[in-house]
Amino acid sequence: MSSPALLLERITCTFASRERQGERYTAVAETTVSVGKGEFVSVVGPTGCGKSTLLNVAAGLLFPSAGNVRVSGERLTGINRRAGYMFQAESLMPWRSALDNVLAGLEFAGVERGEAERRARDWLSRVGLSGFETRYPHELSGGMRKRVALAQMLILDPEIMLMDEPFSALDVQTRQLMENELLELWSVNRKSVLFITHDLEEAIALSDRVVVLSAGPATRPIADFVIDLPRPRDVNEIRLTPRFVELHGKIWHAMKDEVLKGYAQSRKA
Amino acid sequence: MRKAAKPSARVSRGRLALYHALLLGGIFGFWYFMTEPGLITPFYFDDPTRAKFFFGQPIEVLKRIWTWFVGGSIYLHLGVTLLETLLAFAIGTLLGLLCGLWLALAPTASTLADPYIKAMNAMPRVILAPIFAVWFGLGITSKVVFGITLVFFIVFFNVYQGVKEVSPVVLANARMLGASGKQLLRYVYLPSATSWVFSSLHTSIGLAFVGAVVGEYLGSARGVGYLIHQAEGVFDIDTVFAGILVLTIFALILDFIVTRIENRLLVWRPGTAETEEL
Repeated sequence: MSSPALLLERITCTFASRERQGERYTAVAETTVSVGKGEFVSVVGPTGCGKSTLLNVAAGLLFPSAGNVRVSGERLTGINRRAGYMFQAESLMPWRSALDNVLAGLEFAGVERGEAERRARDWLSRVGLSGFETRYPHELSGGMRKRVALAQMLILDPEIMLMDEPFSALDVQTRQLMENELLELWSVNRKSVLFITHDLEEAIALSDRVVVLSAGPATRPIADFVIDLPRPRDVNEIRLTPRFVELHGKIWHAMKDEVLKGYAQSRKA
Repeated sequence: MRKAAKPSARVSRGRLALYHALLLGGIFGFWYFMTEPGLITPFYFDDPTRAKFFFGQPIEVLKRIWTWFVGGSIYLHLGVTLLETLLAFAIGTLLGLLCGLWLALAPTASTLADPYIKAMNAMPRVILAPIFAVWFGLGITSKVVFGITLVFFIVFFNVYQGVKEVSPVVLANARMLGASGKQLLRYVYLPSATSWVFSSLHTSIGLAFVGAVVGEYLGSARGVGYLIHQAEGVFDIDTVFAGILVLTIFALILDFIVTRIENRLLVWRPGTAETEEL
C-alpha cells in the first residue's frame, strides 16, 4: 500500500501558559490523522479544541512538540510546499488587487508576469469573479474574498489542500454556494483535502471521511466515520437524504459528550 | 486619531468655500480695523500708531509679499527653504524606513537599541539646531541635518509599528504561497509599512519644514527663516508677518501635494463607506 498523501503521526503540541508561568497547556495530544491520495477528510470538534493547531502543524507553520508529519511518506521539515492553505481569517494582501493576489504565488515562484496574469485571469473566472480583477479586497464582499483566496491557493496546483473553517464567516446561502463550488473544483482533479470545521453538516456533506476530536485540552481523535454518500453531491439536497440523516445521528451521538464538555470548559474560563 | 466630522449634507461645497472666504476676509478686516491709525479711538495703547508697530498692517503685509514676488527677491530664499525641506524630508524618510524595517525584523538589535531610541526621541531636538550650525556651518547642510532628526523618528516609529502589526494570517498565507524571506520583506512587510509611512507623511513634511525654517532663523544667510529673522532685528513687523504668511501658504501647498500622492498610492486602503447623495 502506498503511503498516504498526508499523515499526522502521534502529534502532541504543548504551549507554555501565558497567564501562569511554568504551567503548560497541551492543545493536542498523541493525535494521528491520515489523508489518502484524493481523499476529502474533515475534522470536526468542539470550539477551542485545537483543530487549527493541527492544521498549522500539517502546513509546517507550527512545529509539534512531539510526533511527525509525513507528506507522501517523506518527513516534513519546514513549510509544507506540497500543500495549499485556506485560512479562516482574512488572508488576502489588502494592498493587492484581486488579480495580483491570485497571481502572488506564481510571482513568488518567478513565473513570467504575462503568463502569471493569464493564468490568474483564468482562475478568477473559474471561481466566478471575471470582471473583478482590479478590485481591492476591501471592495469585495466576504464571499468574493473567499473565492479569491480559493483561486489564490488552487493556482499553485497543490497536492494537498488544508482548509481551516474557510466558510465559517459567510452567511448560510453564500456558504452553501461556496461548498458546492469547492466540490466541483475538487472533483476535476481530486486533491487530498484536510478540512477543519465545527459544523457537522458541512463536514458530512463534503467529505469521504469525518474524524471527531475530543474537547480540549489534550485533544485527540475519538471517532472516525466513513461517509459513503454517492458523488457528485449537492450539499443542499444531500442533507435531506435518509443516509445523511442516519450518519449525522451517529456522529452527533459520538460528539455530543465532547461538545458539552467543551461548552462547560468555555463557560468556566 | 479623530476623524474630521463630515460636513453636514445641508452645506454644499460652494457654500463652504464662500464661508471659508468670508471668515478669512473677516480676520483680515478685523486686523485692518484694529491696527489702522486713527480709525478707532485707541483703547489700550496711548499712541494711535502703537498698534501698527506691534501687530503690523494687513495692507502693508500684502504689499510686501507683492513686491517680493513681482520684484523676484523672494524666489532665492523660498528655493533654499524648499530645497532644505525636501532634502530633510527625503533623507529622513528613507533612513527612518530602513532603520524601522531593520529593527522591527531583528529582535536582538531592537531590544539593544530600544532605550537609546526612546531617549533620543524624548530629547528636545530643537536644542540640536545650534550645535548642527557649529558642526555643519551656516549653509543648507546644518538645516537639512536638523530636519532629518525631526523627520526620522516620526517615520521610524511608524514603520516599526507597521512591520510589527502586519497581520500574522497574511504573513502565514504568503509563506504558504511560497514567499522566501526576501520576498516577504518586499511583498508583505514593505507595502504594509508603507501605508504607515504615508499616514505619517503629513506630520513629517511639516516637521521638515519646521526644521528648515528654525535652522535658518538660528543662523543662515538665505531662506525665508533668515528673512524673518532679519526683519525682526529691525522691528519690521510687517515683513515678519509677510514671511509667516508666505511660509503658511507654502506649507499648505506641500500638504496638498502629499494628500494627492497619498490618494493615488493608497487606493487599496478601505475608506469610510460613503453613500452617494441623491
